[in-house]
Amino acid sequence: MSGGAKLEVTVAEVVEVNALIKRFRFVSRDGAALPAFSGGSHIVVEMDDHGVRRLNPYSLMSDPADTSGYEISVRRDDAGRGGSVFMHSHVTPGMRLTISHPLNFFALDTRAKKHLMIAGGIGITPFLSQIKQLGHFGGRFELHYATRNRDVAAYATGLKSAHGDRVNLYYDDEGQVVPLAEVLTRQPIGTHLYVCGPKGMLNWVRKTAAAAGWPAQSVHFEEFLAPGTGLVFSAQLARSGKTVTVGTHQSLLEAMEAAGVDAPYLCRGGACGQCETNVIRCDGTLLHRDVWLSPAEQAEGAKIMPCVSRFEGKTLVLDR
Amino acid sequence: MSLDFKPARGDFFKDETFRDDFTFKNSPAAIRRFPFPFDRDEYMYSVNMEPHVSTRPGSVFEHTFDVDEHYVAEMIDRAKVLAEDPLRCQSLPHMTLAGWDLLELIMESNAREYPQWFSLTKNGNQWHWINRPLGIDQKFTFLDESTLPYGPMEYITRQTQGDFSLQDERDGSLWMDAGMITTQADWSLDFDVGMNFMEWHAPVPLAHEKMVFDRALKFLLKLQQGSPVRRFNWTMTVNPLLDTAPETYPKWGPTKTSLTQENLGHKQHLRVELQALFRLPRSNAIAFSIRAYLGKFEELVTVPKWGRRLHRVIRDIHPDIAAYKGFWRNQPAMVEWLAKYDDGAPTSPGVWPDA
Ligand code: HEM
Ligand code: FES
Repeated sequence: MSGGAKLEVTVAEVVEVNALIKRFRFVSRDGAALPAFSGGSHIVVEMDDHGVRRLNPYSLMSDPADTSGYEISVRRDDAGRGGSVFMHSHVTPGMRLTISHPLNFFALDTRAKKHLMIAGGIGITPFLSQIKQLGHFGGRFELHYATRNRDVAAYATGLKSAHGDRVNLYYDDEGQVVPLAEVLTRQPIGTHLYVCGPKGMLNWVRKTAAAAGWPAQSVHFEEFLAPGTGLVFSAQLARSGKTVTVGTHQSLLEAMEAAGVDAPYLCRGGACGQCETNVIRCDGTLLHRDVWLSPAEQAEGAKIMPCVSRFEGKTLVLDR
Repeated sequence: MSLDFKPARGDFFKDETFRDDFTFKNSPAAIRRFPFPFDRDEYMYSVNMEPHVSTRPGSVFEHTFDVDEHYVAEMIDRAKVLAEDPLRCQSLPHMTLAGWDLLELIMESNAREYPQWFSLTKNGNQWHWINRPLGIDQKFTFLDESTLPYGPMEYITRQTQGDFSLQDERDGSLWMDAGMITTQADWSLDFDVGMNFMEWHAPVPLAHEKMVFDRALKFLLKLQQGSPVRRFNWTMTVNPLLDTAPETYPKWGPTKTSLTQENLGHKQHLRVELQALFRLPRSNAIAFSIRAYLGKFEELVTVPKWGRRLHRVIRDIHPDIAAYKGFWRNQPAMVEWLAKYDDGAPTSPGVWPDA
């Protein structure tokens, strides 16, 4: 993901929450306040994992009004692509990291009469910041939080003691299941439903809600922006007779500019069409990330938008 | 009407009117920095958005919110519009937090970028705001509405040039759920409030077919905190009237028939809107600022490149755009007047004056 202002932070604290989960606190490097955010936001953490650049999104769980630092919780996923393992084994207090500004694709609908929250496992984290936000500005909520067992039920005790009956806990290994159908029927009109957890849970909640007649606009589920990879690649520019290497932190457009090639642009965000460039040869895959080219044009592969799109493969020759 | 601020104009801020005797005009320096919107000799709708970063010191792009010589006069004009029609400022109940976000953004930006005029001191949520040009000194508690004379959005936009609308994001669209709209080019907040991006843009011709709004919306839904963007829009206004609202059309509409070749250079204004979009932190809403700059034709043609280009753009404009912007009837008169300033010489690329 090129573009987008970045935040330079230091890891202030790493806490082992349980056998699976670690919590990280980030503070700004210059001691200034970090931007406030809205409950449900995530940040994208950039990692340099021994030469491999990883961009992983993590929900912010700290109080959105607390601008002295951000907190995330990371569940170790040994089968995953490696970001969580890196966070668990290499990220220690004092380390410097680059993160994105907070982004929210899981915002509370502030018009809702009530917020009904269903969390599975580490999916609890966005709700932690949302519940704190509701604490500041008012708003009713009811949380149903399911985990595998008591030992991995992160933050459950704190939630229960702070919010009592509004927090309901379920443990798989004790045979407890969220009584979803019943929970859904007893909600007041104007309630919004939020779910964050494993895919299976998401599908189950969305299906059950749809069957119970919940309008789609009242059902919210977390959708992370899939941060694009930032692998190094090179491109040959036929007209200017140059070859540019696009670094992990660079866009193709930026690489052309750095090489002194006069490339047109305006929005630098894949929407305006100014930077459209013809592809002369492509031996590999174009990674289209724009909203300018139609899906058909993207599939055809004759054009690329260098402000956001990338390439993976052997050879890319552009008419520039 | 009584003002609730005591302006201190100093040497910089002008004493002028945007109504009745219309004494508004631009100083030579203001003409040189006028945001002329045409970067080529023709115009068509496009997704014309670029990062809102500080560029060209002295230009309208230098600051987050441009404060110019018309500031105090514009704020007096806004107070008058609101006294006559309070519905020009509306905020649906769920938008109060976005109003605080906007207040914070404007106060922080202006105190940082114009320390000679504005100051903001914070002690936790106890804030102290000083606006010297308007003679305002306010202590208040951030996020506590009872400590300000107006809601947060209204409070700060009574002190900021340009219109503002606040968009809630939900259901894959943006909803205009709050705004301070007193310097608008013939559209109404009271009509649009509560509408979504596609609904309020419905009257615009040609742009829908060109997918301008689909792409712009997709782009905006990804707009990030800390990375604002900007774009231009423009239209034509007879007399330096900031408030051209549908609600008051009977008052200003008929003045469009008052143009002659003798008075056109003075009465006809190119109205340019510098619009910026900001993702707000606490509310996740999007703030849209619409800052209108008025330039008299006689002022603009003092820059030869602009005289030539304005002639060509207006002469060749698509008739649907001229009709939508409301100058279709006066187009021939404008072209006749502007032709005197077009010798047919080529124009340089970009919007800035030559040398
Ligand atoms: C959230 C931000 C925005 C708001 C609140 C907004 C609002 C409006 C409104 C109220 C109008 C007048 C419609 C009427 O005739 O009633 C308008 C016109 C228009 N808008 Fe937007 N707009 C926004 C963003 C954009 C963006 C990003 C673009 C394109 C990139 C765009 C392109 C246009 C165009 C081309 C017109 C016609 C203007 C003219 O020819 O005078 N708008 N907009
Ligand atoms: S610069 Fe706008 S699409 Fe690339």
